[in-house]
Amino acid sequence: MSGKTLYDKIWEAHLAHEAEDGTCLLYIDRHLVHEVTSPQAFEGLRMAGRTVRAPEKTIAVPDHNVPTTPGRENPDQMPEDSRIQVAALDTNARDFGIHYYPVSDIRQGIVHIVGPEQGWTLPGMTVVCGDSHTATHGAFGALAHGIGTSEVEHVLATQTLIQKKSKNMKVEITGKLRPGVTAKDITLSVIGATGTAGGTGYVIEYCGEAIRDLSMEGRMTVCNMAIEGGARAGLIAPDEKTFDYVMGRPHAPKGAQWEAALAWWKTLYSDDDAQWDKVVTIAGEDIAPVVTWGTSPEDVLPITATVPAPEDFKGGKVEAARRSLDYMGLTPGQKLSDIEIDTVFIGSCTNGRIEDLRAAAEILKGKTIKVKRAMVVPGSGLVRAQAEEEGLAEIFQQAGFEWRMAGCSMCLAMNPDQLSEGERCASTSNRNFEGRQGYKGRTHLVSPAMAAAAAVTGKLTDVREMM
Amino acid sequence: MSGPEKDTTMEKFSTLTGIAAPLPLVNIDTDMIIPKQFLKTIKRSGLGVNLFDEMRYDRQGNEIADFVLNQPAYREASILVAGDNFGCGSSREHAPWALLDFGIRCVISTSFADIFYNNCFKNGILPVVLPQDDVAKLMDDAERGANATLTVDLESQTITGPDGGTIAFEVDPWRKHCLLNGLDDIGLTLEKAASIDAFEARAAAERPWV
Repeated sequence: MSGKTLYDKIWEAHLAHEAEDGTCLLYIDRHLVHEVTSPQAFEGLRMAGRTVRAPEKTIAVPDHNVPTTPGRENPDQMPEDSRIQVAALDTNARDFGIHYYPVSDIRQGIVHIVGPEQGWTLPGMTVVCGDSHTATHGAFGALAHGIGTSEVEHVLATQTLIQKKSKNMKVEITGKLRPGVTAKDITLSVIGATGTAGGTGYVIEYCGEAIRDLSMEGRMTVCNMAIEGGARAGLIAPDEKTFDYVMGRPHAPKGAQWEAALAWWKTLYSDDDAQWDKVVTIAGEDIAPVVTWGTSPEDVLPITATVPAPEDFKGGKVEAARRSLDYMGLTPGQKLSDIEIDTVFIGSCTNGRIEDLRAAAEILKGKTIKVKRAMVVPGSGLVRAQAEEEGLAEIFQQAGFEWRMAGCSMCLAMNPDQLSEGERCASTSNRNFEGRQGYKGRTHLVSPAMAAAAAVTGKLTDVREMM
Repeated sequence: MSGPEKDTTMEKFSTLTGIAAPLPLVNIDTDMIIPKQFLKTIKRSGLGVNLFDEMRYDRQGNEIADFVLNQPAYREASILVAGDNFGCGSSREHAPWALLDFGIRCVISTSFADIFYNNCFKNGILPVVLPQDDVAKLMDDAERGANATLTVDLESQTITGPDGGTIAFEVDPWRKHCLLNGLDDIGLTLEKAASIDAFEARAAAERPWV
């Protein structure tokens, strides 16, 4: 019998029931909840007279829809529909007795940044949330994925999910990264290589020296975008870096429980003889700082490349590329580094952590922006406070960036932080879909350092020229 | 296995005969299906008018005439034939809610994104995965508009085209059962409460820190 993958091990440890046809009930250790995808689920519970089965394992925080301007505790700052949605989460958290970080709490932030920060996310757990970027938590060796609102209701009521097991995919990044290349460049390059459906039906485990060398924050960036590659979840086996990150966090185990947990966590890796259904290997040395040129996260090229032509593609992608180029206002053959940028957005669950802000501030130190506007939206109130303490906020503000409160902000542009028609943005977020950051807005996905470089020059820029 | 009647909350899906609208673009994401400004609702209903909003209307709210669902032949479509990787991106269940509210009960493609695919079954929508050649054939049928209705039969797992040709499709037996009977799976899971209780007791002993 062959060995097991990390995914196999976590799956087996959470199997509450298996029917004859292979349909399984997977037990959920942590359920994260936000204001946009949960109101209908709580309403469903009430209508059916059901309760939350495990409120102590359920954590709620408003993030998608909240303003990021100072003084936002004042409800008049929010449009009525947003206010109703946040108020509904307040009420639901109170009525059902779940953990809650309201907007006024310094610990509030993007749910996928708050979970790890507070020690809710631990190795070997199952973590779900009504948000596709739940994949982020896979950086801890937790099986974490997004679910729809009906499934949110199912987890609230039963603390389980009806699941069929996915296939195992290994993505190995060998060797070392070159200077100027970051976790964001890794994850975008993988999607560029496999396509947005390359991971459909799989759980990805990222491994290899370049992944091991990443900090926990970098690993979260890599796993965050597993969903953009179509995978159900992304995983990285826990190691000493993981344990160091977790230790001492408010909800991490302590004392004897810590020791017991650690002993189990150290068994969480894929066996040498584990079977993989798909393997992708990329040499770390071959990864360059990248940008997206189109309207799908698979439209990835090194910053040194030129805009492709629709004829460079095959099948349905020819028409999709033509549409993307038209939407993005780009011409085949144009150098990516000649593309002028109006706006820079640094933030999101992909790149809103302290290390991301440090990387951007490093480029911005002593410089002034040439773009029309630039904003930093820290991933949580605690990230914001730490950045202020480290003097990063001052660097951003002196360079001309707006220094915002925590939230999802312009990553999905549900709040007033939006692009206007034709406005072109270098963004550290995760999706460049049509209209994602605002109606007819144009998004180029980049790393925090690349976003900062674009802010300084007013164009998409190879950050290596500024190092 | 069958569920009790009280758990029947979702509209059943047995046989659907209707107009199929062609949407050949690949990688149609859930932001396209229902843009974020419509996610501020705390209801599931009423989203059909905003389905594909930014492809369907101009900035003033006027219909864009050449968008498929604005064309006279497809305004009553109940089936979509779509390009590869339909429903990628955001987990928003507002996407199937908007499709359902418009009247779409079946989407056919070569592939679907995982979360969207799950969300469809929770809302009485049947997503059908077929090989490229079959999708191309149905896309051709769909382009014939109101003259070309398709019949989707979940029980026999077949799609019958306007020329009488039949294509078979695969579907997970459990999901088929729930869709045919309109079953609410929360009710069905709660019937396994004893298994969940037993698991919790075991996990609390093995992993007390969770």
